[in-house]
Amino acid sequence: MATPEVYIDSEGLAEDQRSLLGKLAGLCRRQPLGAAGALVVIAMIVMAVFANLISPYDPELAAFENMLQAPNADYWFGTDQFGRDILTRLIYGARTALFVGFTCAFIGATGGLVLGVASAYFGGRFDLILQRIMDVFMAFPLIILALAVVATLGTGIQNVIIAITIPFIPQCARVVRSSALSIREIPYVDAARACGFSDLRIILRHMAPNVMAPYLIMLTTFVGQAILLEASLSYLGLGVQEPTPAWGLMLQGGAEEYAESAPWVPIFPGIAISLAVFGFNLFGDALRDLLDPKLRNR
Amino acid sequence: MRRFGPKLATAVLVGCALALGIAGQASADMPQRGGILNFVVGSKIPSYDLHKETTFGVIHPISPFYSLLIRVNPDNPQSATDFVCDVCEGSVPAPTNGGKTYTFKIRKDIKFHDGTPLSSADVKATFDKIIFPPEGVPSARKAFFKMVKSVEAPDDSTVVFNLDFPSGAFIPALATPFNIIMSKAKLDQDIGWYAKNVMGSGPFVFVEHQPGSFVSGKRYDNYHHKGQPYLDGYKAIAAPKMAVRLQAIRGDRAAIEFRGFPPKARDDLVNALGDKITVQESDWNCVLLSTPNQQRKPFDDARVRQALTLGVDRWGGSKYLSQIAIVKTVGGVVYPNHPLAATKDELTKLKGYGTDLEASRAEAKKLLAEAGQSGLSFELHNRGVDQPYKVVGTWLIDQWAKAGMKVKQRVQPTPPFYATLRKKKDFDVSIDFNCQSVINPIADVTKFLGSAGNNYGQYEDAELEKIYDKLLRSGDEAEQRALMRQYETRAISDQAHIGVTLWWYKINPHRSYVKGWKIAPSHYLNQQLDNIWLDKSLM
Repeated sequence: MATPEVYIDSEGLAEDQRSLLGKLAGLCRRQPLGAAGALVVIAMIVMAVFANLISPYDPELAAFENMLQAPNADYWFGTDQFGRDILTRLIYGARTALFVGFTCAFIGATGGLVLGVASAYFGGRFDLILQRIMDVFMAFPLIILALAVVATLGTGIQNVIIAITIPFIPQCARVVRSSALSIREIPYVDAARACGFSDLRIILRHMAPNVMAPYLIMLTTFVGQAILLEASLSYLGLGVQEPTPAWGLMLQGGAEEYAESAPWVPIFPGIAISLAVFGFNLFGDALRDLLDPKLRNR
Repeated sequence: MRRFGPKLATAVLVGCALALGIAGQASADMPQRGGILNFVVGSKIPSYDLHKETTFGVIHPISPFYSLLIRVNPDNPQSATDFVCDVCEGSVPAPTNGGKTYTFKIRKDIKFHDGTPLSSADVKATFDKIIFPPEGVPSARKAFFKMVKSVEAPDDSTVVFNLDFPSGAFIPALATPFNIIMSKAKLDQDIGWYAKNVMGSGPFVFVEHQPGSFVSGKRYDNYHHKGQPYLDGYKAIAAPKMAVRLQAIRGDRAAIEFRGFPPKARDDLVNALGDKITVQESDWNCVLLSTPNQQRKPFDDARVRQALTLGVDRWGGSKYLSQIAIVKTVGGVVYPNHPLAATKDELTKLKGYGTDLEASRAEAKKLLAEAGQSGLSFELHNRGVDQPYKVVGTWLIDQWAKAGMKVKQRVQPTPPFYATLRKKKDFDVSIDFNCQSVINPIADVTKFLGSAGNNYGQYEDAELEKIYDKLLRSGDEAEQRALMRQYETRAISDQAHIGVTLWWYKINPHRSYVKGWKIAPSHYLNQQLDNIWLDKSLM
């Protein structure tokens, strides 16, 4: 039996790859800060996904005989008061940070997207009432609202996710609504309505795809904010609980008692939080510049 | 004459200087009046009713508003036997009627802060509420008074306690600082009145409570211990985070924290402030416990409970945790320094106290397998207080993980923590504590009885109650000791109703200008603040 011949246009592929790499290189040249942010984000994702392969020790089990060791050849970032390797807990902490960050950002931004588009599409009394409800939520600072939700629901990772997600929804809804309002007036929306499509179909198929740019920008911004909020709640003792490795929690255990005598305990989680938020913000800014047609050619 | 002149002048000057120096020294030791004492408190106030509460979060800010019938001598709080009258007259009475009757004469010059006189009727109403609370009224120390048959007030200035049987545990139980004297009129009006209101006859009058911020009080000018209190007032500042409490003392925003700091915090303060800090240290009549909820499976199975205690390395924990937390001593159910406490040999015979850790953990795994609970997974309920709750909680989780169990932690601030223990009861295993005030082992160990008001394990153990009843009625120390071993073995080893972790060690670094306060073996004792004064020369 003859084997079917498969033609591979190696030249064309190489050209495509070159053009992809070229495009990436071009992007990096145009957005060096964004590229640096993307690098941080990728590093975090790699750390989180492969934590069990790259971590030298167990993140939760105590080894009291090694308690509060300064950074050395065995423990590059030192050990905490329970003798646990700080580097290992930082690597596993990236998992907690990204899990909370992406979950909150995705649910919050998507919820905001649906509500924002619906609000713009229906308008009238629906828009008025929904926007006043959003005003109520937006009147509270992010951390205060999150604290109130955690105080009501209790601590734990699920409740932290709920607490952080709720304040994100109105923020995204407000931004998306303003973009959707202009789209609502475009004739193809009227055409879809004239064709007898349902409201849900018009919102999801015709309007939502056209507000993807602000949605994606909000999404990336929310990841950084969620990481910071999770760390803040954990630092206040209201978020993730021991022995789960989480950066805010590590900071709480270390900053209070060991800032002077064992500064490596709070310093490394502090750096990790700053770097992660910085990275996501830079990446989000670059994304905005790329996706916003008004900013693209500046 | 000219030759003696300079010598005479020098002699006079030296004499004056010496006299002034001696006088200065004397005045430095004399209490000075005035000033506001700022202190920090690391827990919240679940309610104002000390009869039902068990936390220092209420004792520290609220007890200075109240008087007691008798109290531990404020000048000798380390003693387990030195008690003095507070609202009673003279010295603490000796029993009559073969040790079954105690008659107290109540002072006639005491008034509550609302101006109404305090009489024996108020004392009777107070102890009736503590010992014989009506249905639905919580009383945390009801079990301390099992020997009491009745309380009588035959006239305005006499209170009589009739006991069913003589007991050495009675007088220490009376001196418990939670037994604040309440007004009968207020209790008659509403027995829950004191949960939401403050009105006592203590050295300070309630001024204000800003929840989550502070409680303040001012001097009660008609206080019955003449000349006291020395302070104009006090402010108890809420500071749940230890770092905040520490920085408050370091920055002189607060002068003292009455509960205790871990060793590292003491060292940091002393290194930073030198002789501006005075450190007082003491063993502590306080221990953290792990209490399984026996209404939840599989904790109704004694094998599972035994596995929990077998998984914990107490001797190793003592060595390392004492460096980072306010815990230190390995012990059983009795305060470790007391003659009724178990020796090390006696302790090592109990489950979870053996020195062969590997064997203990292997036995824990075997018991779990027998109970069909290999790889047991559960939630540890804990209180949101750094020291030592969270540290000990994290240590316990680690210990249980090493014995093959998988444990998550749920931490709650103090009020919901208590609500979970007392009302919701929706926990698997909870951190709990047995922190007592007066060292009174026979009363203190009531915590392990299923019938005790402050036991949250939700179990009944008639055998344990029977042993305790014998212990309570025993007058012979050797017999008491033998019974205590039986009680201990059943409570924490054979039935493993409750796991005992490590006993606490109290370290109180405070500003050197705080005078008059002496450390006690409990953070509940000696907190009426009437003997504290501020040395202005050191401020």
